[in-house]
Amino acid sequence: MNSKNSKARLLQGNEACMLGALYAGVEFFGGYPITPSTEIAEGMAREMPKRGGKFIQMEDEIASMAAIIGASNAGCKSMTATSGPGFSLMQENLGYAYMTETPCVVINVQRGGPSTGLPTKIGQGDTMQARWGTHGDYTSITVAPSSVEGCFYETVRAFNLAERFRTPIIVLLDEVLGHMREMMVIPEEGEIEVMKRHRPDVPSEWYRHFEITPSLVSPMASFGQGYRYNVSGLTHDQDGFPTAKPKEILDKLNKLRNKIVRYSDEIVKLRTEKMEDAHIAVFSYGTVARTAFQAVKMARERRIKVGAIQPLTIWPFPDEQLRDMLKNVRKVIVAELNMGQLVHEIRRIAPRHTEVIPLQRYDGNVMTPSEIFDKIREVVK
Amino acid sequence: MATDTLQSERIHHYLRPKKSFPNVWCAGCGNGIVMGALIRAIDHLGLDKDNVVVVSGIGCSSRMPVYLDFNTLHTTHGRALAFATGVKLAKPNLKVIVITGDGDALAIGGNHFIHACRRNIDITTILIDNKIYGMTGGQFAPTTPGGKIATTAPYGNYEKQFDPVQLAIGSGASYVARGTVYHVAPLERMIIGGIQKKGFALIDTISNCHTYYGRFNKEGDAVAMINDIKKQAVSVKMAATMSEDKLQGKFLTGVIHETDATEFCDEYQAMCERVLAKGGK
Ligand SMILES: Cc1ncc(C[n+]2csc(CCOP(=O)(O)OP(=O)(O)O)c2C)c(N)n1
Ligand code: SF4
Ligand SMILES: [Mg+2]
Repeated sequence: MNSKNSKARLLQGNEACMLGALYAGVEFFGGYPITPSTEIAEGMAREMPKRGGKFIQMEDEIASMAAIIGASNAGCKSMTATSGPGFSLMQENLGYAYMTETPCVVINVQRGGPSTGLPTKIGQGDTMQARWGTHGDYTSITVAPSSVEGCFYETVRAFNLAERFRTPIIVLLDEVLGHMREMMVIPEEGEIEVMKRHRPDVPSEWYRHFEITPSLVSPMASFGQGYRYNVSGLTHDQDGFPTAKPKEILDKLNKLRNKIVRYSDEIVKLRTEKMEDAHIAVFSYGTVARTAFQAVKMARERRIKVGAIQPLTIWPFPDEQLRDMLKNVRKVIVAELNMGQLVHEIRRIAPRHTEVIPLQRYDGNVMTPSEIFDKIREVVK
Repeated sequence: MATDTLQSERIHHYLRPKKSFPNVWCAGCGNGIVMGALIRAIDHLGLDKDNVVVVSGIGCSSRMPVYLDFNTLHTTHGRALAFATGVKLAKPNLKVIVITGDGDALAIGGNHFIHACRRNIDITTILIDNKIYGMTGGQFAPTTPGGKIATTAPYGNYEKQFDPVQLAIGSGASYVARGTVYHVAPLERMIIGGIQKKGFALIDTISNCHTYYGRFNKEGDAVAMINDIKKQAVSVKMAATMSEDKLQGKFLTGVIHETDATEFCDEYQAMCERVLAKGGK
């Protein structure tokens, strides 16, 4: 980063998320304080009143999730931010948001868990919860940055994805990323795309709030615009009315899945380093990806043919892209700050000839480059 | 009566024509009476249907919004007020009405209930207080009187009760009333009063669940239960002239509490204006 650049600012990951949300046009924040995410709520409490936005500290995270869904249906781009215990409390209403196809953004700055766990330490234990946290069958989108700049850009992307697919988007950070400071330049207005909500252009008699359109994503009216639609967490037909008809149930559930799966190419985002000729790959995400890239550099200096893969989109899992990347890879090290979560996904998609080697740490500390480097040296033998 | 026919035609203006009928309620359930009163109150006020949002949780009572031709949000059990708070703060010009049950509002949703009262946010809440969990088949609620039978209190309820009116007053609501499904005209007036009030309004509405509560406790059918409700209700005015003894086994109806406390969204707006006037400091 060029320190002479006057526009560069020293920012925390949490602050970058907040600024990303403001850049993306967030209009409503509802949250409940919890370490290590609180700076996002505090920043919103300061900024929203100056910009005509709404901030509310709710009575708990169940209420926070509810409030942002209410606000989104009233037409506002909405978000909340939390950490493990709060993320758990949000799950029922998060499911309601998936079911009712309500766009919103949920940032989870992970701590070590389970339970109250390690409030001020790092963990990646919520990776699977981000995918399967609420009950029932559904498909979700989760993004995971690894730098302060990434926090900004992935938050903007999360808001865009939420509007594009009419669904909640989870942004997974971790304690270290949320609190770490790096220099970054905030892009000018208009420099990156900000998506607007796709509004209906039909008269209200024709409007169906959950219409199965050719693109599968339904335009969305807001309360107060004259469309008077019904929203319910009960399995519903295209008008939002409860249904028990097998055909309508299938149509709804398939829509929830297919509107995401069909566009996974558009949603998936991966970063790679030195994968062109790599026989060994290190797969990691979030803060661990930072150290993995360093470890790969160290190993390359010793002429080890190793590369790094980092998914910035964790869910939907980039099956196709990874299968392709692992084509010539003999060994893939899956480095995570948990007891093994995405390693199972890699096992599921890895080609037969690719050995999957877990590298896990869950003592509340970051994985160091030398830990990963040592593993690379061990497996290269 | 001629006015009745007129009203029933008018009522259809507020009901969704397709999909939602027949309804899920038992014949004679008080929920339908409350729905009628709500519609007449809204009609009386001449509210624009597009600007009315009706939010509910989960329960028999909470099924009401789906029948109504407004913006309707049928949410999760207990959380209606939290969703409604988001709607209201996002767009304060919308009229937000919450339909909730005694279990929905006071058990699982008790936290949201007291905080919505405390904020005095401009939401009109009609709590259909049937002293039981209707939807799940008759378990006891935080309002079920002592000694009464419920499926989870098969030997009689030994828990103490919440009084939603006192809870709302203690928590800061600026309009607190109690109505019944027998006294329909006063109920309508209370709903009108609640909607007109700028602040949190609770209309605790004593209702009948003859299917479970009535049957388990041998209180008869819908008509018998509604008659009992009539006998137990005493208006606030009336009560002022009655002795303690006479008030035994009765409950108060009418507007029980009203204040001019400032409203949450107004306070938020005023804060924003102060901040902007100081140049965002
Ligand atoms: C989280 C959750 N827990 C439990 C339930 C099951 N449940 C549905 S309605 C209900 C009670 C409803 O009682 P009340 O609010 O009094 O409404 P009524 O049916 O009496 O109108 C319960 C326990 C649920 N839907 N969600
Ligand atoms: S079960 Fe009780 S509350 Fe539910 S519809 Fe029937 S009478 Fe009404
Ligand atoms: Mg009840």
